[in-house]
Order: sequence, then C-alpha cells, then structure tokens
Amino acid sequence: MKCDSLTRAFTLLIRRDLILAMRHRAEMANPLLFFILVTSLFPLGIGANPNLLQAVGPGIIWVAALLAALLSLDSVFRSDFEDGTLEQYLLSSHPVSVLVLAKVLAHWLITGLPLLLVSPLLGVLLDLPAAGIKVLFVTLLLGTPVLSLIGSVCVALTVGLRKGGMILSLLVLPLYVPLLIFASSAVDTAAAGLPVTAHLSLIAALLVLALSLSPFATAAALRVSLS
Amino acid sequence: MFNNFFHKMASPKYFYRIAGSLIPWLAGACLLFTLAGLYYGLYLAPPDYQQGESYRIMFIHVPAAWMSMFVYVVMAGAGAIGLVWRIKLAEIMVISSAPIGASFTFLALVSGSLWGKPMWGAWWVWDARLTAELILLFLYLGIIALHGAIEDRRTAARAVAILTLVGVINIPIIHFSVEWWNTLHQGPTVTRFDKPAIHISMLIPLLLMAVAFKLYYAFVVLMRARCELLERESNAGWVRELVESK
Repeated sequence: MKCDSLTRAFTLLIRRDLILAMRHRAEMANPLLFFILVTSLFPLGIGANPNLLQAVGPGIIWVAALLAALLSLDSVFRSDFEDGTLEQYLLSSHPVSVLVLAKVLAHWLITGLPLLLVSPLLGVLLDLPAAGIKVLFVTLLLGTPVLSLIGSVCVALTVGLRKGGMILSLLVLPLYVPLLIFASSAVDTAAAGLPVTAHLSLIAALLVLALSLSPFATAAALRVSLS
Repeated sequence: MFNNFFHKMASPKYFYRIAGSLIPWLAGACLLFTLAGLYYGLYLAPPDYQQGESYRIMFIHVPAAWMSMFVYVVMAGAGAIGLVWRIKLAEIMVISSAPIGASFTFLALVSGSLWGKPMWGAWWVWDARLTAELILLFLYLGIIALHGAIEDRRTAARAVAILTLVGVINIPIIHFSVEWWNTLHQGPTVTRFDKPAIHISMLIPLLLMAVAFKLYYAFVVLMRARCELLERESNAGWVRELVESK
C-alpha cells in the first residue's frame, strides 16, 4: 500500500513539473537556445577551418552542454522554494530522496533531453565524422543525467541564498570535470576510428554512482538549506 | 572513561582551554622541525645529478601537496562526524581547515610552477597532477565561498560539511580522470611498496619538512578554531567569564 502511494507521488511529481514546464515554454527553450548559440559562436571565434573544428568540436559541444546545464539548474528548486512547496516535500511522509529523484528526472526531461536531441545537428555543424556524432549522442545520453544529478546537490545547497548563481558555478563546475574529460575524449577516440567501449563504461559508471548517491546528498542539503 | 574524555573534549570550554595550552608546544615543535628540515635540505643534502640545485624546491612542494590532500580528508572526516553526531567542534574544524588547505594547495601549485620553469621549460603545463591540484583549489574556494554566503553559522557549517563529503567522493574520480587524460609529472617516488626511489639523504629532509607542515597545520587550525569558537559562543557564560577575568 505504502509502496503504491510512493510510486504515485513519484509519477505525480514528474507530471506536475512537466505540465509546469509546458506552460512556460519560453523558459524551457532558453537553455537549448543557449547551447546552440554558444556552440555556433566558436567557429566564428576560432575560424571555420574544418580540421580545426573537427579537433575541438567534441570539447566545444560538451563545454556548451555543461554551461547550458548550469544555466538551467537554478530552476530545479527555485519556484518550489519560493512558494513553500519544497517545505511540504520535506514534511511529507515519503522519503525526500525519492521525491528529489523525481524532480531531477523531470528536470532532465525538460532540459537534458532537448539538448540531447539537437546535438547531432551541432555535430554536423562542427564537421564531426558520423562515428563521432553517434558516440557524441551516446555520451550525452549517459552524461546529461549526471549533470542534472550532481547539479541538484549543489543547487540544493544554494537554494536559500540570494546570490546563489555565482557560487553555484563555483561549486558545480569542478565536479563536472571527470565527465567532461571522459565524454570529450570518447568522441575524439571515436572520430579517430578507435573502440570507445571503455570510455562509455566509465561514463555509465559515473551515472550509476551519481544516481545512487546524489539523491541522498540532495535531500540532506535541502534539509540544511530549509532549516 | 573513554566516552567521558570525548564528551569533555567536545565541550567548547574544555576544548578552548586544552587547545590554548597545546598551541605553544605545537608551534615550537613546528619551528624546530622546519629549521632542521631546511638546514638538512638546503645544506646537507647533495645536489641532484640531473636537476642540480633546483630540486630543493621539492622540500616545500611535496609536503605542501601532501597536506593539500590531507587537510581535505580531515575536513571530510570532521564533516561526517559533524553531520552524524551534530558535534559543534567538528563543524568548526571543517571551516577552520578550509583556508589552510586552500593555501597549502596554492603553495603546492606556485612552488610546482617555479620548479617547472627550469625543468620543463614552462610555468604551467596541463599535466595530470597539476590539473588535479588546480581543481582541488577550486573545490576549496567553493567551500569557502559557500560558507561565506550563508549567514547563519550552524547552517553554513552543515552545508559546507555536505559539500566536502560530495567533494571527497569526487576527488579520486577527478584524480584518475586527469591522470588518464594526460601525464607528464614524474611518478610517485616515496610511497612505492618496494624500496623508495629517493636517496636517504634527500628522504630525511623531505620527511622532516612533512612533519613540520603537519605541525603547522595542527597549531594554526587550533588557533583558528579557538577564534571561531569565541565568535560563535560570544553569548555563552564561559566566554563572558573568560573576558571578565582578563
């Protein structure tokens, strides 16, 4: 019985966040536009030499993805914090970590998934070979949830602060480093025609680790922020 | 009895007194070890057959790099204790350690780049260990910034403790990821399981300096913790008695 109500709370929470996002479509499009804009600024800045673009392309796309994720993170708990819903989550009889996981999953569906879908297009823009684009898609598929999960811990720590934005980037970006390294070197390796199973396994390991640990850290951080 | 000891130590009043009486001893020992280490390292140890005299930066650089990791681990341990048992002193330890750890990390980076210029021909290279150390510095700065941003001291301390624990899980991952990404730095020479690859005449000053750095951390962290304690407990009876008795 209790398990059922937990599943229900989980799905309801995701549905609520998705509906809220659909009602604010412009806000939802912002991180995506940012992602595309930043990526397309690079060829203008460093020159459109195809060899150069191929060499730096994976790094550019991944750095742009990190920044877009950073930009969208503030919205995970912000509105819930402001109208007091967040306190109701903490007071509810369900484990906070599960509710947090629902919030993060909804956040990924809203911001990570569009990014993922548009990434092959950016790969083409930056002259990546077909093998590289395929692997880029897989790394983003495995990696963007990690961005949301790790980011949720830091955003939970800064949600009560007035000037949380700058601090958030200082907290989040160092933690994103391993993912950036593994993912962009996976795309590089694939573009060179070498096997990438090891890279992808490492990113998947990061995902499993983040998925199993970060909801608890986020729940603890929310408790501290709202105390 | 054992339990009793910890309860006593965790009470701010006793800690303040005991830390106060420990500090001169630790500082004196630190001075002694530093002088001995510097004398041994700068005069007695022979110049390196490849690197000449400039290898002597190692006697500052290596202990600083060790301490940058050590302090973080201490912070994570204290943070976990503070979160689980809500011991005020453990929280104070975390936040008192952060600036010291950041300065050790900074010292390791600066001394490393001073050494790198004659050896590698560049102030900075994107070598694995340098990069890992740089990211460690960012983690420290993030911790300090978060603590500064939260007004309530208890909330700040607990938030910082959570962040430290998240960081400590990430440090090995960051370390291995950058190591695997790019490496130019020489491998470990002291902590190998067989015989150390460093000659005994250079090992002794290195270890002396390492002990000196540990002692430095110990007495500075106690000083900072005492100060933080006074600020937090400024309304407590024992602080008022302390001030009035002086």
